[in-house]
Order: sequence, then structure tokens, then C-alpha cells
Amino acid sequence: MLPFCRPRSIRGRFAINKYVARISLCAKHDEKGRTLSQIAFWGAVELGLVYAFVAVGVFLAFRVLDFPDLTVDGSFPLGAAVTAVLIIAGVNPWLAAAVAMIAGAAAGIVTALLNVRFRILNLLASILTMIALFSVNLRVMGKPNVALINADTMLSPFYGLGLRDFYVRPLFVGILVLVAVVVVWRFLESDAGLAMRATGANARMARAQGVDTSRQIYLGMAISNALVAFGGALFAQTNGFADVTSGVGTIVVGLAAVIIGETLFGARGILIALAGCVLGSILYRIAIQLALSTDMLGLQASDLNFVTAALVTVALILPRLRRGGAA
Amino acid sequence: MISVKNIKVVFGKGTPLQKQALNGVSLTIEQGSFVTVIGSNGAGKSTLLGVLAGDVLPSEGEVTIGHTDVTRKGTAARAGLVARVFQDPLTGSCGTLSIEENLALAARRGESRGLTPALGAKRREHFRERIAELNLGLENRLGDRMDLLSGGQRQAVSLVMATLAGSEVLLLDEHTAALDPGMAEFVMNLTQKIVTERKLTTMMVTHSMRQALDYGHRTIMLHSGEIVLDVAGDSRKTLQVEDLIAMFRRIRGQTLDDDALLIG
Repeated sequence: MLPFCRPRSIRGRFAINKYVARISLCAKHDEKGRTLSQIAFWGAVELGLVYAFVAVGVFLAFRVLDFPDLTVDGSFPLGAAVTAVLIIAGVNPWLAAAVAMIAGAAAGIVTALLNVRFRILNLLASILTMIALFSVNLRVMGKPNVALINADTMLSPFYGLGLRDFYVRPLFVGILVLVAVVVVWRFLESDAGLAMRATGANARMARAQGVDTSRQIYLGMAISNALVAFGGALFAQTNGFADVTSGVGTIVVGLAAVIIGETLFGARGILIALAGCVLGSILYRIAIQLALSTDMLGLQASDLNFVTAALVTVALILPRLRRGGAA
Repeated sequence: MISVKNIKVVFGKGTPLQKQALNGVSLTIEQGSFVTVIGSNGAGKSTLLGVLAGDVLPSEGEVTIGHTDVTRKGTAARAGLVARVFQDPLTGSCGTLSIEENLALAARRGESRGLTPALGAKRREHFRERIAELNLGLENRLGDRMDLLSGGQRQAVSLVMATLAGSEVLLLDEHTAALDPGMAEFVMNLTQKIVTERKLTTMMVTHSMRQALDYGHRTIMLHSGEIVLDVAGDSRKTLQVEDLIAMFRRIRGQTLDDDALLIG
């Protein structure tokens, strides 16, 4: 059922929109009578888990390092592109994902270099890298999109083990997210991670404590973008394609997840903040799915970007309103 | 030991606002000595402290801390030799981190930082003991965020942070200036206790002549980037704030119009 639904080649401009379209397409062609909501729900969870890597990466840059980093709009499709091209070339999909992480880390280091070494404003530095990455991604793929037709992915061994495909994917990605969250959590609570958090919280104090703040920015940006690129690699492997435009708005989606997580959990330690990122990412996807599949609202897949902007705006305004009400 | 030789610092070189912040300052502070530094605004006392801390790199001269030439080393690179408490309580610690996380950061000052958990049971116990010595009841609030503390509490914790890792010198940058009188006295007594117990080589910049004479072994006065007064021993013991002002007038041959010098 699902292999039939999977897009073999995507020619549209907005791959994510296509993805949403795919979900409704699947539902319509489901002969076994599975409800639309169930497949759409697990599809949303899966996508939310894939983007949880983006959320954790954005959390590291924006919250831990206090570095507004838009590089992710480029490093997400970079991860997808590198993985897709390598898999088609016959490379092991796990190795392909690892290389994607290294590519993402390199992108983060370029942004850090522009900011730390050449004193370019952090936001602008990240925009420059992001723009440049669009061309890089086209070079990597040699065309705007690459389809992974019948190629082995990290998930291939797990299909056909008895579990339905639309359960396998979120379960598989969920386990990887769990591993990533634990690793990032342990790191941020170590001596090295504390140095990174101090760099973002109070750079002057960090230096007085012997922390080389420049090095922390390089390291943090590398880790952040490596995670985002890994998210891109998973996106390519779970959806069966890499598209150069799939990075558009990645930063907004990541930030939405972080903010939704913070709104729900508040600031109560690193582990809760990271869990908030993951849950925020999933809830965001479910909210989008609900908004788009409710006929009453009359929305269509191409309204996705507007709905995203509206959702993030609401998430940003809500805490302010609450504070205003209390005062 | 601290040794600075013929230090010159120029701010805004080549611009109409060019300012000679330090003009050939030489100074040696022996091991275990506690020196207080006074001077009017713009006299160069904060610049001198910055030169020792690494925030300001001099255009000329040599800086030695312990037996290490640190003239060209930045703040982070020499942090293992220099412990410091800032004037602004917000600068010396991370408000968004917990008290114990701040302590853990300071405990590794100047050392490599690995993947060991920052807050192991052993370290926590050590931090609790050190904070309990303050008698502020903070030992039961180690998990609280630093920005929940008052300015005075933060400075007290900053003093503990300064002594968690070993250092050659302790630099105090008007560290009681932002506090109310009661808390300022508490922090000064704590400073005295810590410096005496640990026999720290200390340099304290202050705007209060009273403080400058009451604490430490030696007092230095800066004016226009030069040392204009350097007293220690018996001549310092009998010195009064009024004498200091008179001396200042005689040396500079000008009237004193800076109220800040007279306060305290």
C-alpha cells in the first residue's frame, strides 16, 4: 500500500507540501479501510520526529549559544542531498547519513568562521552560508531533486518484519531521536557542555573562567548543523527523495518546535527542554495536519507556509499575553 | 606574584578621542600581598586591572603573573593564573545557570573540560561545604538559578567561585560598589577572610579611600595613567583619608573636584 503511495519523483517546488498531499492521497487509496486520521496521524508523528533533529539543533544554536542561525535552511537539504547521492552511488545508508552529518558540521563551521574570524553579524553570516548552500546542494545532486528508487535505506531491513510501514518509520526515527536527545543531554551537563552554555549565557564570564568562547561557537555550530543535516538525511530516506527546495522554512519549523516545547514545559532544566523540542516538533506537525485536513477550514496543502507562520506567531504571542494578563 | 613593567595603553589611537589610559606603569606585587588601588574616574585603575586580567593588551611593556609572561595572552588563556570578581554582580556569574553549575564552571577554571558530568556527587558535596561557609543559607538552594539571588549573594558566591580553582592572583574590581552598605561590609569581611586564609596575592580596585586604607598591606593611587602614590608599612598604618586627599593635592598640585574620592 505505502510503496504505491511513495512519490517516486517529485517535480513540484515544495517537497513538504507534496508530502502533505501524499498523506491525503494515501488515505484515499487505502483499500483496507484504515481511517484517514490514523495514517495521517502516524505520518505527522514521523515527520515531527524527523524534524526533532532540526528542533534540537535549533535549540543548541538559539538557546544554548544564543546564536540566531539560519544556516539550517541550507544544511537540512544538504544532509538530504548528500545522503541521496551517496545511497544511489551504492554507499551504505548509515555511512551516507554519517557523511551528511559531517557536511552539515562543515556548513556550521563556515557560519561560525564568518562570525568569529571575520566579525560578520551572526544572523547575516548564517544567511550568507544558507544562500551559498543552495548552489552547493544543486552541485551535490546535479539536479533539483533526486529520487531514491528501490534503493536500500536505513529503514529497509525493518520493513516487512510484521509491522505496518507507517508504524515502522516513526518507531525507527523515534529510537534515533531518543539516542540523540540522551547524547546531547549528557553533553550539555558535562564540563565541556557547561562551557558551551556559559558561552551563550555570559561570554565575558566564560572567558574569565578560561573558556575559549570562539572555539565553543565553532563546536556548537558544528554540532547543531550536523544534527540538522542528519534530520535531512532521515527525511530523504523516509520519504524516498531529496529536493533542493525542501529546506525552505526549516528554521521556522525548528523554532516553532522549540517555542511550542518551551510554552508547554517552561524552563526546567536541559532534559525537559530537549524533550520539549521533540514533543513540540510532533505537536506542530499534528496541528498542521489537523488544520489542513479539516474541510471546514477550507485549507489546501499550499497554505502550509501561511499556517506555519500563523502557528509560530501564536506560540510567540501566547506567553506574552499570559504575562500581560498576570501583571 | 605580579610584575608589570613600563605598561602603556592607548585607547582610540589615531583618532581625535585618543587617550593614554596607562602611561608607563611599573609595579611589583609580592607573593601573598594585598594591594588596594584608588584613583578618580579615568585615572586608569580599571585599565590596569584589565591589563592583568587579559581584557586589555598593552601596546608596550611586560606583564608577568607568577613566573609566566602573559603580556600577549588573552583572558581565557591566562584564566588559570587569574581569579576575578567583577564590579557588576551580573557579569561574574551566569544568571541562567544554577548556583552549582556556576560553581562547577569555576572549579575547572584554566583546566581542560571533558565529558565528565559537571555535577557529580563528590563535587556537589564539596560545593555544598564551601557555600555553607557563607552562612547565607544558600547551601540548600544550590539547584536554584543564579538570577534568583540578590546582588550581594551573587558577589558572595562569586568570591567562593574565585577560590574553587587555584590561582596566582585574585583581582577584585570594585566588587562591593553595586551593593548596599550592609551587604558591602559582609562581602568585604568575607574577602578579608578568604584572602588571609588562602594567602592570596590580591589586587583590589576601589573607589572608597576608607576601604583602600582599612584593607590590605599596601595602597596605590593612580592619576592620569600614572602611579602617583605608593604607601605600605608603618607610614600607611597612620594614614587617614584626609591625609590621602592632602597628599593627592600636593602631588598633583591641583584641587580635588571629584566627590567620588571623598565618599566613604
